[in-house]
Order: sequence, then C-alpha cells, then structure tokens
Amino acid sequence: MEVTITINGTPVTSEIEPRTLLVHFVRENAGLRGTHWGCDTSNCGTCVLWVDGSPVKSCTMLAAQADGHEVTTVEGLEQGGVLDPIQQGFIECHGLQCGFCTPGMMMTGRWLLDNNPNPSEAEIRDCISGQICRCTGYKNIVASIQWAAEHPATSEVTA
Amino acid sequence: MTAVEEVPLSAAGNPIGFGSMRRVEDARFVRGQGNYVDDVNLPGMLHSAILRSPHAHARIVSIDASAAEALPGVVAVITGKILEGIPRPSLLGDNFAWMPTLSYDTQAVLATDKVRFQGQEVAYVIAESRYIAKDALELIDVEYEILEPVMDAKRALDAGAPIIRDDKGQTDNSITDVHGNKTWESGNAESTAAAIAAAKADPNCVVVTQEIMYPRVHPAPMETCGSVSYLDKVTGQLTMYTTTQAPHAHRTVYAMVAGLPEQKIRIISPDIGGGFGNKVPVYPGYVLSVIGTIVTGKPVKWMEDRNENLVSTGFARDYHMTASIAATKEGKILAVDVDVLADHGAFNGVAQPTNYPAGFFNIFSGSYDYPDAHCKVTPVYTNKAPGGVAYACSFRITEAAYVIERVVDCLAQELQMDPADLRLKNLLRPEQFPYMSPTGWEYDSGEYEKTMRVAMDIAGYDELRREQAEKRAKGEYMGIGISFFTEGVGAGPRRDMDILGLGMADGIELRVHPTGKAQLRLSVQSQGQGHETTFAQIVAHELGIPPEDIEVLHGDTDNTPFGLGTYGSRSTPVSGAAASVVARKVRDRARIVAAAALECAPDDLDWELGRWYVKGDRERGKTIAEIALLSHSSLELPEGVEGHLDATAVYNPPNLTYPYGCYICVVDVDPGTGQVKIRRFIAVDDCGTRINPMIVEGQVHGGLADGVGMALMELIAFDTDGNNLGGSFMDYLLPTAVECPDWELGETVTPSPHHPIGAKGVGESATVGSPAAVVNAVIDALSPFGVRHADMPLTPANVWRAIQGNAIRVDMAVE
Repeated sequence: MEVTITINGTPVTSEIEPRTLLVHFVRENAGLRGTHWGCDTSNCGTCVLWVDGSPVKSCTMLAAQADGHEVTTVEGLEQGGVLDPIQQGFIECHGLQCGFCTPGMMMTGRWLLDNNPNPSEAEIRDCISGQICRCTGYKNIVASIQWAAEHPATSEVTA
Repeated sequence: MTAVEEVPLSAAGNPIGFGSMRRVEDARFVRGQGNYVDDVNLPGMLHSAILRSPHAHARIVSIDASAAEALPGVVAVITGKILEGIPRPSLLGDNFAWMPTLSYDTQAVLATDKVRFQGQEVAYVIAESRYIAKDALELIDVEYEILEPVMDAKRALDAGAPIIRDDKGQTDNSITDVHGNKTWESGNAESTAAAIAAAKADPNCVVVTQEIMYPRVHPAPMETCGSVSYLDKVTGQLTMYTTTQAPHAHRTVYAMVAGLPEQKIRIISPDIGGGFGNKVPVYPGYVLSVIGTIVTGKPVKWMEDRNENLVSTGFARDYHMTASIAATKEGKILAVDVDVLADHGAFNGVAQPTNYPAGFFNIFSGSYDYPDAHCKVTPVYTNKAPGGVAYACSFRITEAAYVIERVVDCLAQELQMDPADLRLKNLLRPEQFPYMSPTGWEYDSGEYEKTMRVAMDIAGYDELRREQAEKRAKGEYMGIGISFFTEGVGAGPRRDMDILGLGMADGIELRVHPTGKAQLRLSVQSQGQGHETTFAQIVAHELGIPPEDIEVLHGDTDNTPFGLGTYGSRSTPVSGAAASVVARKVRDRARIVAAAALECAPDDLDWELGRWYVKGDRERGKTIAEIALLSHSSLELPEGVEGHLDATAVYNPPNLTYPYGCYICVVDVDPGTGQVKIRRFIAVDDCGTRINPMIVEGQVHGGLADGVGMALMELIAFDTDGNNLGGSFMDYLLPTAVECPDWELGETVTPSPHHPIGAKGVGESATVGSPAAVVNAVIDALSPFGVRHADMPLTPANVWRAIQGNAIRVDMAVE
C-alpha cells in the first residue's frame, strides 16, 4: 500500500507492506535514524516521536495508521541551525551518556514543556516514566528538562 | 577535594585539564545523528534472523528448511549441519558449527546435536528484508526430542542429573577451567576454618552463617547486539560494524574463529548504545553475520530484538553464596569464609582474565581489617544461557561486595550493634595502605573512615536513626542501609592478566599536527562514558593543548592501536594512564626540539602548562604549538632525535586501582503490601583524581539506578521446564524515573599512587556498591519482624513473604 506521512514538515510517500511499523518507516523509508528501536513491547521508549503533536511509541504503531498525519522526530527539533532548548538542556546538564534513549526522552520532555511550561520534578519524573534510560539514573534527564523550562528561548548555538 | 578551580580555561571556555566540561559527543546525539550499528546500511545489504530453540534441553531430530528456502526474498538458510560441512583452517576446531568462548570452552554457533538452553541458535536465515527473514523463521520445521533440563544449579551435580555437555564427553555437569581445576579456591582454608571453629567455641565470639543469593540479572543495554559484516571477495577484506566493547580483542577472535588473516579484518564499533558488559563476548549472531557475508558475497546485517537480547546474550551473576563471618562480641571481625555455587549456564562463556575463572570474586574480604578469609567457588553447567561476567560487575566484584556487605549486616543484627558502628570498628586504616588483603590483593590507597563519615554527615545518620525509632513506635517501617565497598579495577598487569592469552595492556597513539592540534587514538571503546571528552582532557592536562583542539579517535581497528577494550572499569586506569604516558613522551620530545630552537640544553628548560621556557628567564620559551611547527621545520635537531612530536605508548599497569565508596539508602516499607519506596540515596565515591567530575557523577547516577533495579525488581528466573521468565521488558523490570530518588552525591579524593594522574576508574562503582545498601535498608526496616535476610529482587511479593517468615527461592518458579 502507498502511504504519505509528513515528517518534520516534509511529505514522505512510500509503497509499504501494511504491517510496516512506524519506527521502521521513519528509519528506513524516510532515512531518519535518530528514532531508535529498543524493545518491541512499548516499554522502553527509545522509539518515541510525535504523531500530530503527541508522543507515541512508534514500535507499536503501524505506518499505515500514520498515513496522512504529521510526524515529528528528533531531527525536527533543531530549527534554522538553532538547537531547541530541550537539546541544549541535555548538553548543559549531562542528560545523556550513550545517547540511545535520548531522542525519545527529548521528544517527551519537549512535549511536556509545551503543555506545562513549569513542571515540578515529580511531574517530570512521571512524564518520562514510560521510558527507560540505563546510563543516567534519570537525575540529569530531569535536570535537563528543568533547564529547558528555565531557558525557554535559547538562541545560542553550542557544540 | 579536586583542584578544579586552578585549571586555566581555553578560549572555548573548557578546562585545559581536569574539571567539568560539556561533552564533545553530545552534539551528534542530541540531533539524532549518532551512528549506531543498526543505523549502518551498506549498498546491497541483506538482512538476517536467527531461529532459536523453544526448549531448554532437547535433541535435534531433524530440521526441514525447504519451505523457508522457497519463500520469495529468502537468500539462504543455514543450519548447524551446513556449518559442520564448512572446513575451518584454524587451530580452534575443524568446522564452523562450534566456536571458542573467552573461557577456553566451546559454544555452538548453530546447534547440531542438541539445544542446551531456551533461545539457543538453531538456524540462520538471510533475506532481502528484516521482515522476510523473520517470516522465514516461522517456516523452518524443527523436530525436537525433549530432554529433562537442569534448571536448578543446586541439583546440577546430583548423581543421575541429565548430562548437558555430552558433546565434550562429560559424565557430569562440572566445569573444568583451562588449568584443569573444577573448583576455584582462594585465601587460607586452614587458618580461616580454624578461626571460625575457635570463634564457635569461644563464648566471647559469634559466628553468623547466611545463605545469600545473587540472582541472574541482565545488563540490558538500550541498544541490543548486532553487526553488519561485509567480506570483499576480491580484496579479502572483512569489514564488520559491530556492537563490541572490545574491537581489537574481537578482531583477534574472528581471525582465530574464521581463520581469516587478521590484517584483512577491520572492526568498526561506531556509537554503542550502552554496553555494561553485554557487548564483551563474541556471540553466535556476530559469527553468523560473518558466515552470512561469506556465503552471499553481500553485506549482511544481524540485529537482535529485545527478547533475543534478554534470553541469549551474556547474563550476569547467578551466584549461590553461603557466607560465614566470625567476630568477637565487641564486633571485631575475625574471619570470613564463603562457599559459592556458580551457575554458568550451558557454555562457559564468561569473559574474565584467564587466571581468574571466578573473576575477582575473591576480593570479597572487602574493606575491613581481619586476617583470615577463604572462598571456594564450584562452577556448574545448567540449561540456561551462557555468560556470568557482565552488568558493570568489575569481574564479579558486585557479588563479592554484596556478600560481604550483607553478611556484615547480619552480624550487626546478631550483635545488636549499629551497622555503621560495626563498620567503623573494622574499616582499614589509612596507615595500612598499601594493604595486602587475605586473598592476595594489594589495595593501593584509601581513607575509608573519612569517606564513611562524609556519607554519614550528608545522610544525617544519627537523626535518621532517631526518626526510625519514632516511626517504629508508631508501627511504621523505615530502614537505613549502609554499604561500604572496595573494588579492584583496571585489569590488568600483564604478568598475570590476559584474556585468551592476550595480555591486558593498552596501546595508544598521539599525533601532534604542525599547527599544534592533536589526534589521540584509543584502543578502548566508549559505550556512553564520554571518552572523546575525558581523554582529550587528560592530554590537555599533560600538554596544555585546549581539549577542543584534541580529536579522540576510537572504535575502528584500522585507525587505532591494539588494546583490550572497555569493561571492568579499565578505560581510565589503563588507557587513561596510557594517554598520560604518551602525552608525557610528546612533552619530553618537545623539550628537545624547544632546546634546539632556543639554543640551550634540554635540561635548561622548565615546563609550565603548554610551554617550555628557559630556567630563570620565563619570557624565553616556546609553546607546544610553536614546538609542533618547529618539529616539522628545517630546524636542526640533535643527532639521534627524530622530527615530529608524534608518539605511541603501551601501558602495562603495575597493579589494579582500588576505588571505593560508602553508600547509604533510606527506605520506607509498607508492611501490608510489601512495597518498598526509596526515599533517599547518598553515595560518596572515592575514585581518586576526577578528570571530569560531571561525567564521574553521571556514571555514579547510572550505577545507583542499577542497584535499585537489581535490589527491587530485576530478575531472570526460570520455570522447571526451562522457560525463561524474563524475556521481555514486560517481564524483566527495569527502574524508571519514578523508582529512582534524587541521588545525593559526595566525594573524597584519594589518588592512586601508581597511576600517572592518580585516577582510579568509576564506571562500575555504583553498580557494585549500591545493591547491598538497598537490601540492607529493606532488611533493616523489616528487622522488627525478625527478618535477617531475603534475596533480591525485593519485590512487593517477596518482601511480603519475608514479613510472613517464609521467604522463597527467587530464581526458580517452584510449583
């Protein structure tokens, strides 16, 4: 079947098998490899991206279900050569180590701040509790999201 | 404390030396531009999938792959029988169906005679897409004759137990190491037994014996294992993109396994999505991807899914320990003896130095001053996946630290002493270092009491105890747990540490370009540790070159010198030392070049960060950048001195380094549900010099989460039929942000006296030290119920059972 998914503002049209998972469409058909595949069971959240502005675990959604919808991935965070504050926050606060869970964590963190610009620590922890990080023990991920909340409009290009 | 404030900053604002700085790596990761193995796609690349055994122990009667082969898009189906038919020009066996493990055992690449654990590799499909390859697995018809499995390590050596390794002609399930030993002993058996017997007979002494299990867990990095292999049949070049923590060691192993010339093998380990020891062994899947490219002539990708990762790749622990501790009634520890039954699974695939078949478990005597210690480890085969040394264990120091810290708490409970007081009474004193432990480890440095006092101060220990007493009076169950651990890391001295005969020294290469910018080429492999940042900082510290001007290259065997890789917290102790040594070589050579330019003798020059200058005339000098250009110029150099500043080094550590720490955990337990809530966790680590404190703290945070996970939820258990009960993240529970508290960190700094920059390594400290603190806290909370011990994981159900007085075995689903 043919599907068209608008990813980070650009329509991507592909002929796919109906069973194709959204994560595989994004990685293989659209060639955007920042979204990762980690568990198959919706537990780890390395595959989190947005569908129509809401975080989704793309390993348990069919690409066909996203036909005609808007998808945003980690590659869509940086705008005009300027990092999103959530990206800058992860750099400033050492919110990542191996980097594998990072795109999903940032997508969820960005969504949280878009809906709750000043979340409490407990709200941040709750919001990312559907995602697993094996490196950071979460403390610096929480701090990174807090940094982004405190710096809503970074214009500085770093790193 | 560290002298971070004194380090000058570069133009980019980075410390020219040690101190917290943002990581170089992050620029690509936050943009989704990391390059992990599954991100590698080569032209014409095929995909592959492995058919795995549904049974723990079964004879393979027949395999019919014809339907799979007929599926459009399938390129090849490979079985063990086919591999048996491929002759292997190597000393390690005559065909490809079996491969050597890192412990001189053999492991089936694809099963030929029997399957020996659930999830074992049975057939391999190569196809045009990942989906077709998985479809084809469903079409392979394997007829099995099911055999009784050995799932309980305690019954593996029973007379009449089914024989697992009949392929080797075994008549029981014992494991024999390369030296011919079936048990691994350490320490002084006689003096320890005598001390324990004397204590038993002495009314002023006590002996406490406790069975303590460290159950099977899994490192479960977020990125699973995989590889993309391509053999160019014209040039004979094998290029392998693979998830390995040890690219050079793997290159040598593939040369031995496949009989390919080593100079034609290039291992590229791009970004690695977490390792934790999971990516040290050579797995059948990696070998199969090599076989796949040999068979098809095309690049072949193999990427396991999460279930495959959890059920087939290197697990950790599975140590059944019985510890006896003897002490005076005043709390002076006299002796400790530990007997261990070690479950290694179906193939002895542990990755550790050859002379240490039980890893460094015999460092279990811990951080305390007593003369007599002994352990005996009996390894057995069971019908479980192979492995054992993984999950940030520092070669089984996790098990060692856990057993001593748990049994010391049992002793405290027996003596009705505060566990902090008991530890303070027995900790090694600063003047005892270097300290020779009763099992032969020479601890390099430590100020243990100081570190413990820092942790107790942060915790507000006395106040916590007062609060606990008040709560108990109200029927509330709060617990405080302490763990004090000592690790030996940085394997290791080549005189007695090797893996498969490869001594554990690390090479390194530093190139200084004419403009004074540098490239450092490492053998070790970051899996998130931030080597591109910290190793540049080491060179910056030695040469004064700003860290942003130093490019760190790693993860490509064609572009880096040989070394044993990153595990056992060895990168900083071994390769970090190598970085320091090679930079000092450059500095020494720069002195000669500077002297020639300044028309004086090298001895007339003094060093300050970044430049050599004439003694007594600070204005007359040359910076490293100026010297770099001069070293390439027509400047006449003294006879015998080569141009350029580039240098290489191989670092053979004189000893291990011994990081240590004191952790305090505070929990609240709901006795009605058995639920444990971690309220606070205080971690004070002493890892010697801190190259980048931000990164050190990040490493500690991650390890603390591991400890919470293992103590409270992580478990690979089996049922009696051999089914793995932890085969997905729905069953193998990992801690999330809501189970982890806001870590409270402190530090002391006791540099290693033998490491060039005094650093000790910290990658595994928190994973090693934290489980005991959590468990001790829970047991402390439960002590009013008369609970002295319960095995991990302390799930609500297991805590509740412990409160009821009938704790059960956690590792087996018992009917």
